[in-house]
Amino acid sequence: MRLADRPFPACLLVFVLCLWGGCSEHQDQYTPDGRLILTYWEKWTGFEAQAMQQIVDDYNQSQQKVYVKMLNVSQIDQKLLLAAAGGNPPDIAGLWSHTINIYAEKSALTPLNNHLEARHIGKEKYVPVFWDLCSHRGYVWGLPSTPSTMALHWNQRLFAEAGLDPQKPPQTIAQLDQMAEQLTLVNVIRDGKSLQVRYPQLTVEEKQAKRFEIVQLGFTPSVPGWWNEMWGFWFDGELWDGENRIQSDHPGNLAAYEWMAGYYQKFGVENLMKFGSSFGNFASPQSPFFSERVAMVLQGTWNFNFIQQYAPQLQWAAAAFPSWEQTDGKPVSIVETDVLVIPRGVRHVREALDFICYVNQQPVMEKLAMGQRKFSPLATVSPTFYQQHPNPYIKVFAQLAQSPNVRYVPRMTIWQEYKDEMVVAIDQLGRLEVSPQQAMDNVQKRVQRKLDRAQRRWDRVEIQRISDWQKVMSDDTQ
Amino acid sequence: MTRSERKNLLMGLAFISPWIVGLLALTLYPVLLSLYYSFCDYDVLSPPVWIGTLNYTDMVTDNVFWLSLWNTVVYTAFAVPLGLMLSLLIAVLLNQPIMGRSIFRTIFFLPSMVPLVAVAMIWLWIFNGKFGLLNEILSMIGIDGPNWLTDPKWTKPAIVITSLWQTGGTVVIYLAALQDVPRHLYEAAEVDGAKPWHRLWHITIPMISPVIYFNMIMGLIGSLQVFVGSYVMLGGGGPDRSALFYAVYLYENAFKYLKMGYASAMAWLLFLLIVLLTWIATRLTCKHIHYGN
Repeated sequence: MRLADRPFPACLLVFVLCLWGGCSEHQDQYTPDGRLILTYWEKWTGFEAQAMQQIVDDYNQSQQKVYVKMLNVSQIDQKLLLAAAGGNPPDIAGLWSHTINIYAEKSALTPLNNHLEARHIGKEKYVPVFWDLCSHRGYVWGLPSTPSTMALHWNQRLFAEAGLDPQKPPQTIAQLDQMAEQLTLVNVIRDGKSLQVRYPQLTVEEKQAKRFEIVQLGFTPSVPGWWNEMWGFWFDGELWDGENRIQSDHPGNLAAYEWMAGYYQKFGVENLMKFGSSFGNFASPQSPFFSERVAMVLQGTWNFNFIQQYAPQLQWAAAAFPSWEQTDGKPVSIVETDVLVIPRGVRHVREALDFICYVNQQPVMEKLAMGQRKFSPLATVSPTFYQQHPNPYIKVFAQLAQSPNVRYVPRMTIWQEYKDEMVVAIDQLGRLEVSPQQAMDNVQKRVQRKLDRAQRRWDRVEIQRISDWQKVMSDDTQ
Repeated sequence: MTRSERKNLLMGLAFISPWIVGLLALTLYPVLLSLYYSFCDYDVLSPPVWIGTLNYTDMVTDNVFWLSLWNTVVYTAFAVPLGLMLSLLIAVLLNQPIMGRSIFRTIFFLPSMVPLVAVAMIWLWIFNGKFGLLNEILSMIGIDGPNWLTDPKWTKPAIVITSLWQTGGTVVIYLAALQDVPRHLYEAAEVDGAKPWHRLWHITIPMISPVIYFNMIMGLIGSLQVFVGSYVMLGGGGPDRSALFYAVYLYENAFKYLKMGYASAMAWLLFLLIVLLTWIATRLTCKHIHYGN
């Protein structure tokens, strides 16, 4: 009897074969010339992706053993999470340094200590903070690609218009506040007529009544507002003791949010809200800094690229953001780096690491950094790098990464929740509904409980996790 | 069962097997698994750890959970009745014998065809406090419009207004029901001297009450799961979590905080809540629904 005469078994057979095909083990793939294909997921798009693709192409041409296939993946953290959970992750992934600890603690990444020791790659090769950013609980989980730091960007034309020296940024918080007032233009009604004046020219009564409309703002800590939860770093504040205590109520943080609240009190909550609602997206000519409506902002290394694209005529400069009490004159900044990692369960760790180590060679890294218009995380940089770099202020950003006061996102698994609580607290503060002390106390109470719970969970799995990581390393290096 | 009947049964099962397997593997299995996860500490990457009812008891002390529930209930309380009334009004108007009726029907249905994310992006600009179209119109009648999306007092009304724009689907259902109302009832009422309002209140609404009930239940279920508007327009919860809806908080727990166990518990509670509210709505309205025969 033919199979076609037996429809039920035939359907069942086709169905089982489909399931079998869908659930099959991950198989190695090879190019027609017999090279092992490694999949590399990267979050970048645009010119940053092109720069990395160039490095990948160079690598593929430099050897005959493997072929790295780069895929641009949006929302990479979530997709990597699902791929790792499904047991079919890419061989290499480009993550942000602030996610490393989360993936590491959940055993989604391959620890690389033994491999790196065997290749004589250690901390001394890097600007120290970048090695720290790739490490968690004594293990190294990846190697950096290109980093960023945050600095003060100021509009030189607006400085000159306000009678300020366009070459001299504020050196202290007090100077910043003073310059911010001088750079602020407001519309005010006097004797029935609308006038445009600078903030210091307002009468005491007008300032108290907040009877004006903001046209141009010198500075406000809430623009762009991407690191509001970390303003405490510029005031010697801490967010976490590194162990088991949340420190949102640290005196430095309270000082930072008193300072922030001062801006709302000075310019008026409604006025700032109205002015803020006129902003366009960051990546557009309507962005407040690009459209010259805010004269000073805290921004990252990437800002240069967006200025070139959306406001090439802008006269700007960058320098360290002033801090409250500078320690030995060393500037404060927030640092972040892209990190190349090998997800857990990858079959060809050595080959994947070969590529990551290739990217971390000085000439390659500099080519990548130049293409992505960032700086190099390596301790040694060729003299021509800064001269040839398109960003005239790239050295400022590179030097900030070397400052002893450079800070980064706390390496805690509940950071996202902590950050969200801070955002809500700062929102309330921004409407002057709560005092900085109340706002930070609320965060302290809520997040401490979350941290305690995360700690209890870690205590339950710590021994198992660490022995697991040791086993992975010894298996991989055999 | 005869040999032939058995063969027919097997044939039938074979033909619907893709659906059966889909239901079992892609719906029932995940649903049951989520019930198990709701009693676990589970972060997707590492194996789930049984923690009993801790996720459920945690909800009791989680202020954000209660806030998200409150926001959702407030949204539902306004969005569902307003949506029902507006769509019924539009449907009644579109049911009148006017010129270009089919063009108007198409225009009113069009917003339902636009993807929700695109709709949210348009409303983002309409609600802009300084340059927004809505505040521009309000200023023409002497009203200084609020900062819809940055002022916590106005975020929920903004999302409710957004939801009203997409009533096209409901209007179509109402239109179908309105056309099913027997003409002779209107004719009889007209002979008795009934005014249009009386015909609407005493004939149209009772005759289409099962459809109103259906739209209400669907609206209730949809509103309790409202997500896109808040997520796209307000980046999650909006200022001071004023528009942090239940589904958004659930999503944040699952994919942002990797607390899949807690999110599963929230999902089951939402399911029970929907069942309860549907039952209450049915009990409260059953005497007012006219099913003809």
